[in-house]
Amino acid sequence: MNTHVTLSRREVMVGVAGLTFAFAARQPVGAAVIAADTSGQALTPWVSIASDGTITILSAATEMGQGSMTSLPLIIAEELDADWDKVRIVPAPPFEKIYGNPGFGGMMYTAGSNAVTSNYKNLRLFGAQARRVLLSNAAKTLGVAESELTTEPSLVVHAKSGRKLSYGEIAAKAEVPAEAPAVLPEDLKKPAQFRLIGKDVMRAELPRKVNGSAQYSIDVQLPGMLYGAVVRAPVEGAKPERFDEAKVLAVKGMVKTVPLPWGVGVIAETPWAAFAARNEIERTATWSKDGNAWGFDSEKGLEAFAKTALDPDAKATDWFKLGDVRAELPKAASTFAAEYLCDYAYHAQMEPLNGVASVSPAGDTAEIWCGTQSQTMAVEATAKALGIERDKVKLHDTLIGGGFGRRGPRDMDFLVDAVMLSKAVGKPVKSMWTREDDVRNGRLRPLSAHHLTAGFDAAGKLTAWQHRLVGDRVTPFIDPVRYNAAGKKDFILMLGADAKGYDVPHQLVEQVYQDTGVRTAPLRGIGFTANKFATESFIDEIAHRQGFDPIKYRLALLANTPRARAVIERVAQMAEWGRKRDGAALGAAYIDYSGTQIGTVVEISLNRETGKIKLRNVWCAIDCGVAVQPDNVVAQTESSIVYGIGLALTERISIKDGAVEQSNFYDYVVPRNSDVPPMHVDVIQTDNHPTGVGQMATPTITPAVGNALMAMTGRRLRHAPFTEERVKKALS
Amino acid sequence: MTIAFTINGKAAFSDAPSDTPLLWVIREGLKLTGTKFGCGAGLCGACMVHIDGKRAYSCQTQLSNVSGKAVTTIEGLSPDSNHPVQKAWVAERVPQCGYCQSGQIMSAADLLKHNPKPTRDEIVEHMSTNICRCGTYQRIVRAVERAAKEG
Repeated sequence: MNTHVTLSRREVMVGVAGLTFAFAARQPVGAAVIAADTSGQALTPWVSIASDGTITILSAATEMGQGSMTSLPLIIAEELDADWDKVRIVPAPPFEKIYGNPGFGGMMYTAGSNAVTSNYKNLRLFGAQARRVLLSNAAKTLGVAESELTTEPSLVVHAKSGRKLSYGEIAAKAEVPAEAPAVLPEDLKKPAQFRLIGKDVMRAELPRKVNGSAQYSIDVQLPGMLYGAVVRAPVEGAKPERFDEAKVLAVKGMVKTVPLPWGVGVIAETPWAAFAARNEIERTATWSKDGNAWGFDSEKGLEAFAKTALDPDAKATDWFKLGDVRAELPKAASTFAAEYLCDYAYHAQMEPLNGVASVSPAGDTAEIWCGTQSQTMAVEATAKALGIERDKVKLHDTLIGGGFGRRGPRDMDFLVDAVMLSKAVGKPVKSMWTREDDVRNGRLRPLSAHHLTAGFDAAGKLTAWQHRLVGDRVTPFIDPVRYNAAGKKDFILMLGADAKGYDVPHQLVEQVYQDTGVRTAPLRGIGFTANKFATESFIDEIAHRQGFDPIKYRLALLANTPRARAVIERVAQMAEWGRKRDGAALGAAYIDYSGTQIGTVVEISLNRETGKIKLRNVWCAIDCGVAVQPDNVVAQTESSIVYGIGLALTERISIKDGAVEQSNFYDYVVPRNSDVPPMHVDVIQTDNHPTGVGQMATPTITPAVGNALMAMTGRRLRHAPFTEERVKKALS
Repeated sequence: MTIAFTINGKAAFSDAPSDTPLLWVIREGLKLTGTKFGCGAGLCGACMVHIDGKRAYSCQTQLSNVSGKAVTTIEGLSPDSNHPVQKAWVAERVPQCGYCQSGQIMSAADLLKHNPKPTRDEIVEHMSTNICRCGTYQRIVRAVERAAKEG
């Protein structure tokens, strides 16, 4: 059973005297194996137990505030029965064979809120195997049968004789079994036995975030480091033609300009000189007309998308099919159709994109410092940019000042800037984007138009559901590798476009592919944010038309989905659904997001003069199965509600002649403290396999607000976000 | 021209051009990177510091404006994270990505210094200068209330 991965001895990240466990996490569940080594030197480990009792656990997920850096090691510690106070967490190096995310084909990639979901079973089995190795060693030392031993946190206990051995004592002289002990899922702890899972611990990196010591890539300081900035073409694919170089070189502290295929780079001795030079280039640069987006206008483009959605001859591909809508819809006793539109949106993570690179003068090796959602992509993009092997690239991975999907593109645009600049100058370079760069080179939540048709039988029962989605492509642009691997399915655009959970026998979701040339990306809530706006508004419209209460109508359609009913019933109770309130109204939404069940009710008030919608309360019930860190589930849900409020009310990017029109927080308006109402989150604990929590409430907010506005005014807003102008127009 | 000021109680000097944003002098000149760059336009508050005991956007403060003044950054707020606001921030588990939190904490400390018992509305109003994209606002308010109570 020698299936553990082999690593060269120099790739040791943690070297302690004691016992070290490595583990091939990509093995199917049940085939997990360990390789242990008493030197503590031989393997890049998951877990090392030092003779002083310190337990080092590597965390394979990027930490961007979502808590995975703590949650994944905690899952191992649970089954290992480790004393959490003795656990030290270390970010894992980029070795996919060991630390790859099973949810992304073994690539190191933290996205889709799936870190815990994908790793839960394997890490538990591995923790349990490591514990068994400690038990068998303790049995030998104590001269007793292993079956007589139990564990307490970091202690093996022989109850009969009252003797105890600490994990550190065992590790100091442990022998490694030739074969890993077999552990089956039924050998794992029962939820009632959990000491760590389901109990809140302090997030490992949190205390560093109140005193300025947490390090992000933008904070990296290297001896002899220079500063870089890049003026990118306003349109993807365009190339720089001319700029007034004399003016740029006149900036004090300028080192050199660097022509790049996608823009013009500058290198300077100080950040202020780099930014001054950047501004000079921006003033005079001209660009080639390469790239598809030139001439594209998002307002007109969206009108064209909407027309296409209604055109039966537009070329569509099936994304999701249940039953036979094409046969059933023409037979329906009645039908109802509606159309929804959704604008481009921008991530607005607080740390502007940046990267630090130190490329050797010969260009044959590189060290990179990067806040990335994918260690794999960061290393590969650097190697590709330099034309070197990936083992010549050393990644120093840092905390991330907000990801939300922006920090995981296949080409790692922001990091490669630093790599190319460092290569050009043969010295370390910190390359920073200004906020304006970050907005204008934003890779956006796509523009989309949604045409939905419902068919009913003679008794009024909803039998057929068709969703025709005309949207700007995302996956082929942001990650061609995964797009091809997925059989050319644009899942980032399309996820959530179905009516999952609802009992509708015939469903069809179609994609009408559009390529405007505009830069796109997954954005928190991915396809769900636009698609659930459409589907959850549509369900609400159907309920109103049929004369049903929207909550009761959903519950009826979810008769066979008890977990869905539970969150909706709970949130309705929390919000006192049905209680009339003065000057305010309620709206609801429900989604199944990758297995996580979430029900949301919002309470809004409205200034009819200005068109401003104000949220007064948000209630949310969430069932994510086992809540590994319950308070963190609440925190993530609050966070995704706030993100959803921005997308619902103010956040939109417009494109003119292919370029982003907005530039900073004055024209891209995100929620502030005063925009956020009291949020009431209830985590419904179930024993189901844990599912994601990092973005699940985000897509519920836009439809819930639209549904509340309908309840209040009788007017339906079908274009998100619900800006003041749009609300006023709808009311007039 | 060298400009002299104090930072976290220590003498500091900079030869950067006098119109350089204080933010960059702090971060890249003095290597105190707890103060963050967010927007460069006084819109997000990630760069908030105290100048002569009052909060200020360091990205909107020119170096020449702090000549002879006392600048405090997050690193100088307390010697070991024991300022009441920092303690409350940990107790309420406010930070997520954490990038904006130095600025949030500097804003909150400024509020409590000048208004030790703020109302909820005063807290919300004061803290609305600072953007948190992780949306930790509800916990920020709770933490400020806790810090006001526990001092």
